[in-house]
Amino acid sequence: MSDYAIDVQGLTKQFGDKRVVDGVSLQVRRGEIFGFLGPNGSGKTTSIRMMCGLLTPDAGSGQCLGYDIRSQADEIKRRVGYMTQKFSYWDDLTLRENLDFVARVYQMPDRRERVERTLEELGLAGRARQLTGSLSGGWKQRLALAACLLHEPQLLLLDEPTAGVDPTARRDFWEELHRLAARGISVLVSTHYMDEAERCHKLAYIAYGRLLAQGTADEIIAAQQLATWTLYGDGLVELAQTLRDAPGVEQTVAFGNALHVSGRDAATLEITLRELAQQQQRRLEPAQTTLEDVFIYMMKRSADNFGSGARP
Amino acid sequence: MTLFSLARWWGIVLKEFLQLRRDRITFGMIIGLPIVQLALFGFAINADPRHMPTAVVLHDHSEYTRSFVTAMRQSTYFDIAGSLDSEEAARAALAQGRVQFVLMVPPGFTRELLRGERPALLIEADATDPAATGMALAAAGEIAQSVLRHDLRGPDSRLAGQPAPFEVRVHRLYNPEGNSQYNTVPGLMGVILTMTMVMMTGLAMTRERERGTMENLLATPVRPIEVMTGKIIPYIAIGLIQATIILLAARWVFHVPFTGSLVSIYCAALLFIAATLTVGITLSSLAQNQLQAMQLTMFYFLPNILLSGFMFPFRGMPQWAQYIGNVLPLTHFNRLIRGILLKGNGWWDLWPSIWPLLLFTAVVMAIAVKFYRRTLD
Ligand SMILES: Nc1ncnc2c1ncn2[C@@H]1O[C@H](COP(=O)(O)OP(=O)(O)O)[C@@H](O)[C@H]1O
Ligand SMILES: [Mg+2]
Repeated sequence: MSDYAIDVQGLTKQFGDKRVVDGVSLQVRRGEIFGFLGPNGSGKTTSIRMMCGLLTPDAGSGQCLGYDIRSQADEIKRRVGYMTQKFSYWDDLTLRENLDFVARVYQMPDRRERVERTLEELGLAGRARQLTGSLSGGWKQRLALAACLLHEPQLLLLDEPTAGVDPTARRDFWEELHRLAARGISVLVSTHYMDEAERCHKLAYIAYGRLLAQGTADEIIAAQQLATWTLYGDGLVELAQTLRDAPGVEQTVAFGNALHVSGRDAATLEITLRELAQQQQRRLEPAQTTLEDVFIYMMKRSADNFGSGARP
Repeated sequence: MTLFSLARWWGIVLKEFLQLRRDRITFGMIIGLPIVQLALFGFAINADPRHMPTAVVLHDHSEYTRSFVTAMRQSTYFDIAGSLDSEEAARAALAQGRVQFVLMVPPGFTRELLRGERPALLIEADATDPAATGMALAAAGEIAQSVLRHDLRGPDSRLAGQPAPFEVRVHRLYNPEGNSQYNTVPGLMGVILTMTMVMMTGLAMTRERERGTMENLLATPVRPIEVMTGKIIPYIAIGLIQATIILLAARWVFHVPFTGSLVSIYCAALLFIAATLTVGITLSSLAQNQLQAMQLTMFYFLPNILLSGFMFPFRGMPQWAQYIGNVLPLTHFNRLIRGILLKGNGWWDLWPSIWPLLLFTAVVMAIAVKFYRRTLD
């Protein structure tokens, strides 16, 4: 059996004449937490749906847990837990009924026990008879995770599982993910949050349907070969304006009282910034290029290359 | 991978039952619809129409014929619209719908009556709508029994005993089966079942799609055939409840005779419910949203009501309409239920209407499974 939980090449999907996913290839190792990042509408959900057989790719091929995504969707479905972006359990069933349904359709042998245990673990045993539609967003998210773990999948596909969930719940959620990964379960999780991206073993970044980078956070940062400096002080907005067309400056990103200034041409950038710091009596320090700098950089470059027209 | 798993299938069935139970509006409709329809259609046909235009063709005039005509008028069923002088004129009047009945008194009627030869009066009826004519014709028969008792006096009174001194021969035109008003209530059973069954299941799949739960369902190992049949099961139960309501009303409110066996009735109903549900579930997987599902339901419902022999006598329809009608499950169910209730038909007599229903169900189910989208494409 292959080392990869997911191994797809050249996945492409077109809706109408819009190519929503364009030649996406990615590999997720077993037991790995793989972060799938990209702005809204970049094709994350569509890619995930193709990986678990819910959409047929227009081009490309690949395997999920060693099964072909085109011809063996049934096998994949039995072994994969898929958490949809929009909550998709039945609002007019109670919590227990929803879990019970899941256990039945996956033909779990110890159904009753498993459902009760899951309810206990969720801390929802007391509300088992409550209609699911009456749960708050955070609880729905926990229920959805529990439900897609019920059949002990080897691979989890989680589509923006923490959108709209409070920070504490998010932290708990990620601890749970790491526990699962430690047990050998592979996880592909799409997210918008940088702190979450940093908790993944590996990352992929997608924009306008194209995969722009893939690897560990360090690899992705290194690949862009950006030099970054931090400027401190007041009037950062005007400062950013002044710097926009300065030699060597490709990007400025404000972080509170600091301005990250990045560019590929490290030497020119340094000269520009040192001069400016001198003039304005500002503190200037060399900085680590962060994931966020890199993602913003890639996003902007891809918008310049093929984003025109694709984005309103 | 098992082709059909009972465990998974049962999961779907339970889910549908639970959801149905919580859906108060739908549930109310399921019980309310047959009652409302029975009230509307059922009592409408039982309204016992009176004062129907009647022409007379008198080839013989006497106090006896005059008495009979007067008695007809007094029964309030018949309004004597006028006198015609030939049978051709009478036929034309019936054909054009100007009159509902024509009373014909043959020549020499009085002479034969007095000789005790039991002559016949002929009533020709436009029985297109049997509900309209049935009661009136029954009344005409009673008039014949009683009307001449008073007129036959003296030496002729010997003729006044039983049986009546003359005969009323009824000629039902345009509707050779001579359907009674009992035709409609059993027919209504199929109509109500068609409407509710197709509509309810028509929404079953589109609802999942619109609520976004379809994605979840598709991500599980459930197979199309399991979803389709699983979603149908609760509605079979619902259909049987509806059938029972209609049967109770037929028996105790409309006094429809129950000649055949109750077991046959329920078997026929079950078969028809299955056929109808497969239609609903197919429409459901074809439709993109609930509105489309409703439109498709109406599109299916209309020919069923018009061409199945429920609205118009089947044999009165043009050939092409009969061809279409023969494909519709309601046509066959109408024949089954009328055959069982009114004629007391057994399985052998019913077979010509059973196999088309079985075939229909199998074909439509195959189409449903074929069109069930296994992906979100
Ligand atoms: N079924 C569909 N039909 C047409 N367009 C779609 C469909 N699903 C998604 N899209 C379009 O494809 C693009 C990518 O969507 P999606 O994969 O959901 O992105 P993401 O999950 O990254 O936000 C969006 O512009 C969206 O409008
Ligand atoms: Mg998405």
